[in-house]
Amino acid sequence: MRIAYFPGCTLSTKAKGFNDSARDSAKALGLELVDLEQWNCCGATFPLLTDNMLDLTGPARVLISGRQQGGRLVTACTICYNVLRRTNRVIRENEDGREKLNLFLEAEYKGDLEVLDLLQVLRDEVGFDKIWEAVKRPLDGLKVAAYYGCMVLRPPKEVAYEEDPENPCALDDLLAALGAEPVNYPYKGECCGAYLIVKSPQVAGELSYTILDSAQRNGAQLVVTNCPLCQFNLDRQQGLMGQRHAGFQPIPILYFTQLLGIALGLDSGDYGFEKHYIDPCSLLASRNLIAI
Amino acid sequence: MRVKLSSEALQSDFVKKVEEISGQDLLACNQCGKCSAGCPVAFAMDILPSQVIRLLQLGEVEEALNSEAIWFCAACQTCYTRCPRGVDLTRIMEALREMAMRERGDYLDIGAIPPEELAEFPQLAFIGGFRKYTS
Amino acid sequence: MTKAMGRIGVFICHCGTNIAGTVDVEKLAENLRSYPGVVHSVDYTYLCSEPGQSLIKEAIAGKGLDGVVVAACSPSLHEATFRRASEEAGLNPYRCEIANIREQCSWVHEDKAEATHKAERIIQAVVEKVRLDEPLTPLKVPLTRRALVIGGGIAGIQAALDIANSGYEVVLVERGPSIGGRMAQLSETFPTLDCSQCILTPKMVEVGRHPNIELLTYSAVLEALGYVGNFKVKILKKPRYVIVEKCTACGKCTKVCPVVVPNEFDRGLSCRHAIDIPFPQAVPTAYYLDEESCLGLFPLVCDKCARACDAGAIDYDMQPEVVECEVGAIVVATGYELYPVEQTGSLGWGKHADVVDGLEFERMLSASGPTGGEMRRPSDGKVPKEVVFIQCVGSRDPEGGLPYCSKICCMYTAKHAMLYKHKVPDGQAYVFYMDIRAGGKGYEEFVQRAIEEDGVLYLRGRVSRVFQEDNKVIVWGVDTLSGKEIEIAADLVVLATAMVPSQGAMDLARKLRIATDEYGFYSEAHPKLRPVESLTAGIYLAGAAQAPKDIPEAVAQAGGAASKVVSLFSAEELLQEPITATIDEERCSGCGICVPVCPYQALGLDLREGRVKVTEALCQGCGACVVSCPSGAVQQRNFTDKQVLAMLTAGLGMEG
Repeated sequence: MRIAYFPGCTLSTKAKGFNDSARDSAKALGLELVDLEQWNCCGATFPLLTDNMLDLTGPARVLISGRQQGGRLVTACTICYNVLRRTNRVIRENEDGREKLNLFLEAEYKGDLEVLDLLQVLRDEVGFDKIWEAVKRPLDGLKVAAYYGCMVLRPPKEVAYEEDPENPCALDDLLAALGAEPVNYPYKGECCGAYLIVKSPQVAGELSYTILDSAQRNGAQLVVTNCPLCQFNLDRQQGLMGQRHAGFQPIPILYFTQLLGIALGLDSGDYGFEKHYIDPCSLLASRNLIAI
Repeated sequence: MRVKLSSEALQSDFVKKVEEISGQDLLACNQCGKCSAGCPVAFAMDILPSQVIRLLQLGEVEEALNSEAIWFCAACQTCYTRCPRGVDLTRIMEALREMAMRERGDYLDIGAIPPEELAEFPQLAFIGGFRKYTS
Repeated sequence: MTKAMGRIGVFICHCGTNIAGTVDVEKLAENLRSYPGVVHSVDYTYLCSEPGQSLIKEAIAGKGLDGVVVAACSPSLHEATFRRASEEAGLNPYRCEIANIREQCSWVHEDKAEATHKAERIIQAVVEKVRLDEPLTPLKVPLTRRALVIGGGIAGIQAALDIANSGYEVVLVERGPSIGGRMAQLSETFPTLDCSQCILTPKMVEVGRHPNIELLTYSAVLEALGYVGNFKVKILKKPRYVIVEKCTACGKCTKVCPVVVPNEFDRGLSCRHAIDIPFPQAVPTAYYLDEESCLGLFPLVCDKCARACDAGAIDYDMQPEVVECEVGAIVVATGYELYPVEQTGSLGWGKHADVVDGLEFERMLSASGPTGGEMRRPSDGKVPKEVVFIQCVGSRDPEGGLPYCSKICCMYTAKHAMLYKHKVPDGQAYVFYMDIRAGGKGYEEFVQRAIEEDGVLYLRGRVSRVFQEDNKVIVWGVDTLSGKEIEIAADLVVLATAMVPSQGAMDLARKLRIATDEYGFYSEAHPKLRPVESLTAGIYLAGAAQAPKDIPEAVAQAGGAASKVVSLFSAEELLQEPITATIDEERCSGCGICVPVCPYQALGLDLREGRVKVTEALCQGCGACVVSCPSGAVQQRNFTDKQVLAMLTAGLGMEG
C-alpha cells in the first residue's frame, strides 16, 4: 500500500531518527510512505486568530500538494497532523475563509484531502494484530509509558481518532502488540509545555517533570512519544529535573516508531539514538533489543 | 482602587476587538472555572485563565493585556475541550497576545536568542515561539 | 341590506398598544362599517374587560345583532370569554367568532399601512364565516368518573390519594413490583432530614388499603384510546409468579434462590435474587419472581422457591394478563432517572468504583442499603475520610451534557455532605459548586448548617478531571473565589448528575398522544398558568416527569392535578364542542375512506344503509374526515367548504 507522506521540517533534520524509523517500520509492514514532491513547513501551530488567513496559506499549500498526489496524506509528526487537520476543516467548512485563501494559493482547494496520523493508519489499515505477527524481537514485558501529548487528542471534534479522547489507548495497544507492558498513568495526555521552552525552560521543565514522575511512579522504564517537541522537552529537561527534584531518575524517551522498528527486527543503527540526551542504548541493550 | 463600571467601559471598542479577533462570545462564559481547573500551566500564571476572561467581561482589557498569564498559555486546548459552554479560550488568549504585540511590539526578541539554543532546539520549538510571541 | 346578509357586529380591540401600536384600529372600524352585513363596527381599548364585554352585550341587545366578530388576540385566550358574553346577551355563542389580528398580524408585522390592510382582510374573512355559522348547541357526552394514574412514586401516590379521597375510583399503574418510586430509595430528605421511608410508607399503605384505589403493580399501560371523559385503556399485568394475596413476605424463597444478579434498587451496589422483594416496606407486600434472571420457567428449570414457600404463593403458570378499563381522566407521574455519565469521561464515573452518583450515595447512606447505613467506600470497604461532592454534572453543560439546571442537586448535595459528616465526624467533605440554588422554605438555612455546623468546605468552581492514583481518586478543580487551582486526593467522589425523564417516557407520550419537550419531559399547557395540565384535554401531569423538581413541589403538583381531575368529574355533565362532522346522506356513497382516517373512531360504515354515520359524542371536530371525503359528503359544522371558500375569497380580496 502506498500513501502520500509529509515528513515536515523537524523530522527531516533534528528529528531524523523519527523519520527514518517511521519509514523503515512502515515499509516492513507493507506500507510505503511516498514523500510529497513539493512541501513546505506546516507552520507548527494552528493560527487561532479569526482574521489570520495568511498563516493558513503554509499548511494549505501542503494540503494542495497532498491532494495532487492522491486523496490521502499521512504524517508522523503530530504537530503537523494537528495543523493540517484543523486547516483542512477550516477550508472545508468556512466558505468565506476558503474563498479568501484560494486567492493566494496556486491551485484551488476544496478541503477534500483526508489527513491521517501514522499511528492511526497503523491501527486502522495495517492492524495491530498484523503487527503482532510481524514482531521478531518481542519487547518481553518491558514497561513502557505511552505519552500522547496534546496534538492528537485536542480539540477532540477536530483531530481525535480515539474512541474516548479523555482515555486514549491507540499507542498503548500498539505497545501491547509489540510485547511491551503499557504503563497506565494519569498524565498520558497532559501538556509537556511545547513552545514554552523558548519562553521559560523552568515552567516547561516542571510540566515535563510531572509527566515523567507519574510514569515512573507507575513503573515505567521507558517513555515513547509521537511528537518531536514533546520528545525534546521530556528528554532534554531531565538534567534540570535532576537538579530541582532530588531523587529523580533519568528515563529514556523514544519515538514510538523507533521501538516499533526494533521490535520488527529492523536495523536501528541510524535511528539517531546518539542524539538523545538520555541514552536509551544501555536499557535497550540490557534487554537484548539492540546490539551495542 | 474601585473598578468603575459603566456601559461605556463594558461595551468599549477594545472589548469588541477581542471578540472580533477571537471569534468568541465573552458573555457565554459563566465563570465556572473548569478551564482553570484543567490548565497545566495555571500554576505559573499570575491570574487564572478564567480570571482573564472575567477581566474582559468587566471591561478591564488593559489589565488582561498586562497579565503574564497570556504568555504562559501553551495552546494545549484542554480548556476548550472541556468548556461546558464551548468557549474557545485558546483563541481569546491568542487575540490578547496579538493585541498586546500590536501595541507594544514583539514579546520574543529573536535576536536575543542564544546561538547555542538555536542550534540545539528543534525548529518546531522556535516556529511555535515565533508564531505565538511575535506579530 | 337583506336579512340573508345578516346583522353582524364587529368589535375591534386595541389591546393597549399590542394591536393599536401597529394597526390603525379606528380606520379599521370605519372601513368595516360599509362591509356587506356589518351593521355595527366599533373599536375599544380592552374588549376582554368588564366594560368591554358590556359594550358587546349592549350592542347585541340594542342593535339586534345576529352575529359578532371580535377582532382581538388569539381565540385560545378569549374565545370562551366572548362567547359567554354573547350568550348572556341572548346570542347563540357559536355565532360569535374571533378574528386574530394580534398574534397573526400586529405582533408579526412592522409596517402600519400593510398591517392595517391585512387586519381588514382577516376581519372580512371572519365576517364571511359568521354569516354562514349555524347556531349550535353543545353536546352532552357521558363522563366516566374514574381516573388512571400512571406511575407509583410520591407524585402518583399523592394524586391517587387525593382523587380517591374525593370519592372517585382510581386505577394506579406502576411498572415496578412496588410503589414508592425514587423516594423509597432515599435515606433522608431535606431540609428536615426525615427518614424518607418513614414519611413515605404511611402513604403507600394508605394506597394499598384504599377502597377506591385499584393498585396494579408490575404493570404497564399498553394503549390509551379515546378522549377526555372517555378514555379506553389497555393495561398489561406482567406475571409476578407470586400470588400477592397469599404471600406473607417471610423471605424463605429468597434464601434458597440460586440466582444472584445486581440489585437495581441499590443501583447495582448490591445483589438480589431472581425472586425477591425490592425493599421490606414494599406495597403490595409481596415478593416477585423476575422472569429474566430466573434460571428458566418454560420449561421449569428449578423449583426451589415454590418448595420453600409454606404459603403456596408461588405459581409458575401465571400468565400475562391484559385488562381493559374505562377512565375519564389520566394523571401521568412517571418520575425521573439520572443522566448516564459515561460521556463525561474526564469525571471518571463508570471507570472507578469510588466515583458514584447521587442515587448510589443515597443507597450507601441508607440503613436498608448495601452497607447497612455504614459509610464505606465501594472499592475496598474502608471508611472514606476525604469525600468530594461535585455539583452540576451533566447539567448546565450545553457542550457536553444538558443545558438545563436539575434544580435539586444543590440541596441534596448539602444533605449528602451533612449526613456523611454525621456518620464520619472526623472526615472532611468538599463541595465543588457553580451556584447554590436553595430557594425553598428553610433551604438556605439548611445549606448554611452544612457549612457552619458540619464544616463542609464549599469550593466555587467546576472540576476538570477525576482520575485514580494508587488507591485515591484525584480531583482537579478550581476555587474561583480565591483564584486557586485545587487538587484533592479523595477517598470517594460523589457526582450530582442531571435529572432526566424516566426510561420509556417518550414512548408513553406517544401512546397517550401528549407532547414532550426535546429532553423528554412532558409539556405543560402553559409554563406559568397551567403547570399541571398537558396539552391534551383530560390528561394531567405531576412530578419530575414534567420537569426537575423536589418532593414538596411534586406533592403540590400532584394535588393540583388531582383537583383538576376532581373538578372535571364534579361537573354534572361533560359538554362537548358541537363543531362535529355531519354527513350528507344523499352525497355519501358509502366508500368508507373516511372511517380509518378518524383518530377517535367516531365514524362507522352502516352496511345496511350503505353509508357512513357519525357518533357525535366521539367526534372531536378535527376535520380530517372532511379532507378525505372524495365527494364532499362529510362536512364539519361551522367549518363547511362553503364557509372556507367564502373566507378565502374575502381574505384574498377577490370578488365573491
